[in-house]
Amino acid sequence: MQNIYLAIVLAPLAAAAVAGLFGKAVGRAGAHTVTILGVTVSFALSVYVLYGQLHGAPIYNAMLYEWAKVGRLSFEVGFLIDHLTALMMVVVTFVSLAVHVYTIGYMHDDPGYQRFFSYISLFTFSMLMLVMSNNFLQLFFGWEAVGVVSYLLIGFWYTRPTAIFANLKAFLVNRVGDFGFILGIAALVTHTGTLDYSLTFGQADGLSGTSIEIFSGAHWSLLTFACICLFVGAMGKSAQMPLHVWLPDSMEGPTPISALIHAATMVTAGIFMVSRMSPLFEHSEVALSVVITIGAITAFLTGLLGIVQQDIKRVIAYSTLSQLGYMTVALGASAYGAGIFHLMTHAFFKALLFLAAGSVIIAMHHEQDIRKMGGLRKYLPITYWTSVIGTLALIGFPGLSGFFSKDALIDAVAHSETPGAPFAYWAVLLGVFVTSLYSFRLLFVVFHGKERMDHHTQEHLHESPWVVTLPLIALAIPSLVIGWLTVGPVLFGDFFKGSIFVLPMHDPLRDLSQEFHGPLEFMVDAFKAPAVYLAAAGALVAWFLYLKRTDLPARWQQQFSGLYRLLMNKYYFDWFNENVIARSGRLFGDFLWKVGDQTLIDGAIVNGSARTVGLIARFGRHIQSGFLYHYAFVMIVGLTVLVGWIVFRG
Amino acid sequence: MLTITTAHYLVLAAILFSLSVAGIFINRKNVILLLMCIELMLLAVNFNFIAFSRMLDDTLGQVFVFFILTVAAAEAAIGLAILVVLFRNTRSIDVEDLDRLKG
Amino acid sequence: MLAGALFYVFAAFLIGAAIGVITTRNPVHAVLFLVLAFVQSAALWLLIEAEFLAIVLVLVYVGAVMVLFLFVVMMLDINVEKIREGFTRYLPLGIAVALIVVVEIGHVIWFRSQGLAFATTPKPTPEGYSNTKELGAVLYTQHVYAFEIASVILLLAIVAAITLTMRHRRGLKVQNIAKQVAVRREDRIRIVKVETSTER
Repeated sequence: MQNIYLAIVLAPLAAAAVAGLFGKAVGRAGAHTVTILGVTVSFALSVYVLYGQLHGAPIYNAMLYEWAKVGRLSFEVGFLIDHLTALMMVVVTFVSLAVHVYTIGYMHDDPGYQRFFSYISLFTFSMLMLVMSNNFLQLFFGWEAVGVVSYLLIGFWYTRPTAIFANLKAFLVNRVGDFGFILGIAALVTHTGTLDYSLTFGQADGLSGTSIEIFSGAHWSLLTFACICLFVGAMGKSAQMPLHVWLPDSMEGPTPISALIHAATMVTAGIFMVSRMSPLFEHSEVALSVVITIGAITAFLTGLLGIVQQDIKRVIAYSTLSQLGYMTVALGASAYGAGIFHLMTHAFFKALLFLAAGSVIIAMHHEQDIRKMGGLRKYLPITYWTSVIGTLALIGFPGLSGFFSKDALIDAVAHSETPGAPFAYWAVLLGVFVTSLYSFRLLFVVFHGKERMDHHTQEHLHESPWVVTLPLIALAIPSLVIGWLTVGPVLFGDFFKGSIFVLPMHDPLRDLSQEFHGPLEFMVDAFKAPAVYLAAAGALVAWFLYLKRTDLPARWQQQFSGLYRLLMNKYYFDWFNENVIARSGRLFGDFLWKVGDQTLIDGAIVNGSARTVGLIARFGRHIQSGFLYHYAFVMIVGLTVLVGWIVFRG
Repeated sequence: MLTITTAHYLVLAAILFSLSVAGIFINRKNVILLLMCIELMLLAVNFNFIAFSRMLDDTLGQVFVFFILTVAAAEAAIGLAILVVLFRNTRSIDVEDLDRLKG
Repeated sequence: MLAGALFYVFAAFLIGAAIGVITTRNPVHAVLFLVLAFVQSAALWLLIEAEFLAIVLVLVYVGAVMVLFLFVVMMLDINVEKIREGFTRYLPLGIAVALIVVVEIGHVIWFRSQGLAFATTPKPTPEGYSNTKELGAVLYTQHVYAFEIASVILLLAIVAAITLTMRHRRGLKVQNIAKQVAVRREDRIRIVKVETSTER
């Protein structure tokens, strides 16, 4: 089995190396062939592993390679394969495979073709290392690696200044999260003495009473502190407020990576990590309530921003932010399983939506402004229908995958006892309305209504090639059915028993599982809850505003200009980051340069010491007068003084 | 006071030595005077040696004076040769002109 | 008693000569004062029964070294007026330094003698004591190495002095005996066949 796991991880890496280092030699066809082959191998083996896990294979937790040993601490490469990991592996490799195939069409004319394939394969490798890890170090390695590859891919078109701005922003904001992440890991390591998951979790019970002193006099529970720090890392990676600012800007990268990285996989690393650390989080109610509150705020506020965006990818980006908030809320409510389940369904339909948007963009000759689109369903049928499926899944239309994950999530939050759960419940519930509103707005504005594109583009509108539409269909199928098929065992069954730990006293999913009697009944029951109606209301409002009375949005924009400006400025987060934080950073850097470096170090210390030596020398050299009598005199005087001192000192 | 002790010779030597030191310092214009003051200094030292040799009844002191005389003669010869060459080149024996090795 | 008075007389002349050396205007006078100083010290050394050294002082030092000084003084064309400028400027400082040195040495002699017999007359020498013989007995046996080195030093002085002051005159015709003796027949004679005239 070890070789299978190794193959899963190393196949994409090898493919990335070939495509990246020998890109010119193997050519375009060679690059995409070898990388797709690598990811296919990974996907096939991941499915095999999942199959094995579902049929009773034991949890695999072993060290493959010990890299270094520092004192008692051991730095290892190891794999932990249980149900959670297997699920993530399949999701990651499936979406990656779909995106690989899609890229053949999307990046067809791009000069960096091989480089792109190399990067997305490298990303697959990094993400797999992250989810398959059995210790904090490898987790962190994968964490950073996906961050780096994300940076490379966002700035793929590196000659564009906006792309460079975006990729640096992403990396820096992630770094802020990583700072917390490392603090969390360090706090745990100092008190457990190990980086290994199972050893740390084994000590969790014992550590729940330990408290540490952060500043003098401020005592916190160790696990609370560590979990909050770990969550800060998750906030960076999974774009929770206030570290969410990088994700909309990351749309500067090509659409395939928006689908792969910023919808389905990398941003879900934070969610995955918190679920993996459930044995720790369960011991800290404070941490859980922090998680649920921030998730709720993110879910609602970013959804509002999605309503006013004019770029097709930005709408979907804010949708992703909002849905990540949903997942975080589930984690905070101790319903980790619901969070992961929503992660899985969201991966499918969000990647689908992004790829569909990419298809639209190709058709519109790389035009992304939705104000210039309209009525596209005539020209792009496959894209349209798959987008419909994705949208319905997103809003939680009964029966589709998103419905099961979202409704289960909302129910779990309702049953949760985490402090802040009521607030979160209202946030996610209203969020359903908002989600529906912006999703259908996008659908109507892009695919329905009057055609607003220029004549030239309209003449060339045609459906995208099969390499683009096949992945769309491939992703639409799970968006339709996977919820129905898996909700029972995964959410309310024993799927996560060995992977996720929930304290029995606040386990909302277990409470819900008492009431679960199959997907059909779940669907029927949903009509008793407000969520479905809110979704319908959102769709209705969207139809009204964007198909019936299209003049209204413009008028409201003027009437509520203050609110509109607040939303357009993204709650001034970016303004704050750029003008306060970045500027003060730059000012500080300038100060250190001009005063610290130039004046102090160069002027006073380096040049100053030289000048002092020169000054002393300039005065000192006059001692060498060249006159014999001066020398003789000095000698005599010196001798006299010396003798006098010896003679008269007694 | 009339009995001559070793101390008398020592004091005499001291006076000679200090006179020659003063001579080196006062003299600014004549290199030959410099050399002569050095001879005086050596003379003072010789006085010391002989006085102590008599006091301690050890001939070694006088042997050393012997060698001092030898070396002083050699040094005077070479010093004067240098002086002659210096004079040939600079046409002056002014000590104040000999300051090329200054900082 | 007489010895004591003689000592003071000679000492007075000695110190006077030394002062004369450093204060006189004329360099020739200075050399002559130095000669006087040496002769006085030779006399003083005789008083303390170091005859050999006293004679050596007169013979070698006065006879050779001082004469050498005189040669050089005479040879150099010295501008006498310029010599004594600036004399009084440094005099006070010089006198001060000299006085301090004397005071220090005096202090050592009188107050720091540490049990050494400074204030006593040296022992009188036995009958038939020959200073020269005693010196010779030690010099050629225990210190013969130093003696040889001293002679080398003198040789060194000769070589150095000559080398320093030697100059080559241009255009001087000098015989190089070695070259003359090393001449070969071929360098001097060349046989040439001459065409004899057969014309009548």
